[in-house]
Amino acid sequence: MALHKVLGTETEYGIVVRGDPGFNPAVASSLVVNSYPGQRVKVQWSYEEESPGRDARGFGHDTYGLIDPEGAVVNSVLSNGARLYVDHAHPEYSGPETYDPLEAALYDKAGEVVMHRAAVAASESAGRQVSLYKNNSDGKGNSYGAHENYLLSRETPFGDVIRYAMTFMVTRQIFTGAGKVGRENDRPETHFQITQRADFFEEEVGLETTLKRPIINTRDEPHGDPSQYRRLHVIIGDANLSEPQNFLKLGTTALMLAALEDGAIPDSLDLADPVEACWQVSHDLSLGRPLELDGGGTATALELQGRYLEWLSKYVEKELDEPVWHQLIAEWERTLNLLSTDPDKLSDTLDWVAKKRLFEGYMARDELQWTNNKLRALDLQYHDVDPERGLYSRLAKRGSMRRLFTDEEIAEAVSSPPTRTRAYFRGRCVSEFAGSLVAANWDSLVFDIGETHLKRVPMMEPLRGDITLVGEILDEAEDAADLLRRLEG
Amino acid sequence: MSDREHSQAEGRRKEETEEQTTESVETEADLDALDDLLDEIDEVLEENAEEFVKNYVQKGGQ
Repeated sequence: MALHKVLGTETEYGIVVRGDPGFNPAVASSLVVNSYPGQRVKVQWSYEEESPGRDARGFGHDTYGLIDPEGAVVNSVLSNGARLYVDHAHPEYSGPETYDPLEAALYDKAGEVVMHRAAVAASESAGRQVSLYKNNSDGKGNSYGAHENYLLSRETPFGDVIRYAMTFMVTRQIFTGAGKVGRENDRPETHFQITQRADFFEEEVGLETTLKRPIINTRDEPHGDPSQYRRLHVIIGDANLSEPQNFLKLGTTALMLAALEDGAIPDSLDLADPVEACWQVSHDLSLGRPLELDGGGTATALELQGRYLEWLSKYVEKELDEPVWHQLIAEWERTLNLLSTDPDKLSDTLDWVAKKRLFEGYMARDELQWTNNKLRALDLQYHDVDPERGLYSRLAKRGSMRRLFTDEEIAEAVSSPPTRTRAYFRGRCVSEFAGSLVAANWDSLVFDIGETHLKRVPMMEPLRGDITLVGEILDEAEDAADLLRRLEG
Repeated sequence: MSDREHSQAEGRRKEETEEQTTESVETEADLDALDDLLDEIDEVLEENAEEFVKNYVQKGGQ
């Protein structure tokens, strides 16, 4: 039986300081992260050696009251177990480790609320409006990531992941895309495409994430016991606003990886050229483009996804008989059926279809061409995390996007951690022992309880530290010192 | 195409025919809803689209 697929997301947000086109993005991102008013602990992140404040464009620019951006604390752990920090020149939210894809989508959505609250507070202290965008491209050749992480067994040969997941990653784009006007990175001309990211993928396999981006990223940083675990770092995804779409992206991928570990994927369905297929799938709004297969012949992305659905439906019936996986299969089946019969019907489910409907509506009403800047502006504004300005939010508010979560559930996920992973322990410690927490990492917390040495609590097991294991201890502990005594006892 | 895919495709076609009667009504309603939506968005849309798009420049990330 495959290892339980603990999973989570990490998203870099686009940032704009209005009225200051020359703003320093690293400084502005630091301000956003430091302004977040929710419950959190500003900590040292144990292994970080980045200097996010360093930016050649920065000198001479307004630092918005941050006297020393280099020394500013730009790392924090939130009471929901997430990490909020500055990565390169973007504010980033890394959601907590979650137990299933529904929960992962919920905590990713909570990240949008966190970012919005941080942007509001940052705007107040900067005296200028700071806007954040949950997207992946500026339309000018610069991309930033929305990554997914899945726990794998160390025993799974990485070659198997490369072999069996490659075609899945390329073809899932038909339902993971957030849509984009135009093309980038010297890919062929197109008015509108399914994904934000496809144009930027140039290798099949590799370690890079900021240039020559690979379809399968080989970063080996398990954030857990390295003798037992791998973490698959998936970089070929778009930041999704749609809740069911995010669930679909995370769920199908987690399921695919579980089945892969169990040897339940009978065929690797190799593409002749996965890198070319990447943008070809994204640029093909007809969803009918035949992709060359390695063994000869062709198949469309939709047909190939149909094969995975067939195999994984059987796998769920046999191995994963839980409501969340049945819900996932139903969502997937519905999506593939509608993509093959009437894709426009998915305008309430998939970001790219929602955008396409909106843009085509504007084009018809205002007699615009695809090249009109108004469409590019709409494209960007779809992703604005401000619920008043963001077009996704406007659509959702009027009932034009299907929801999986209530606003109350999302608010709860902003402040409280998931209960079934080690994120529970981390989040509760932030809520209750903030004053004693001095450093953190995904797999440890470091406390200062007033003794000569700092106390490190290792968390090498992603599923240990959940509510059943430490809930009572956390409820009863009077302070951090008492907590550590009880953990040892 | 396998037999299974054939029968799936037939099933889909059948569903489509059954849906067609209600389809035209839905489309009209959809269009009205879209018009309303565009009117609503007009109110929050970036005032200077060209300037906004020009100034939206990001540093590449991961």
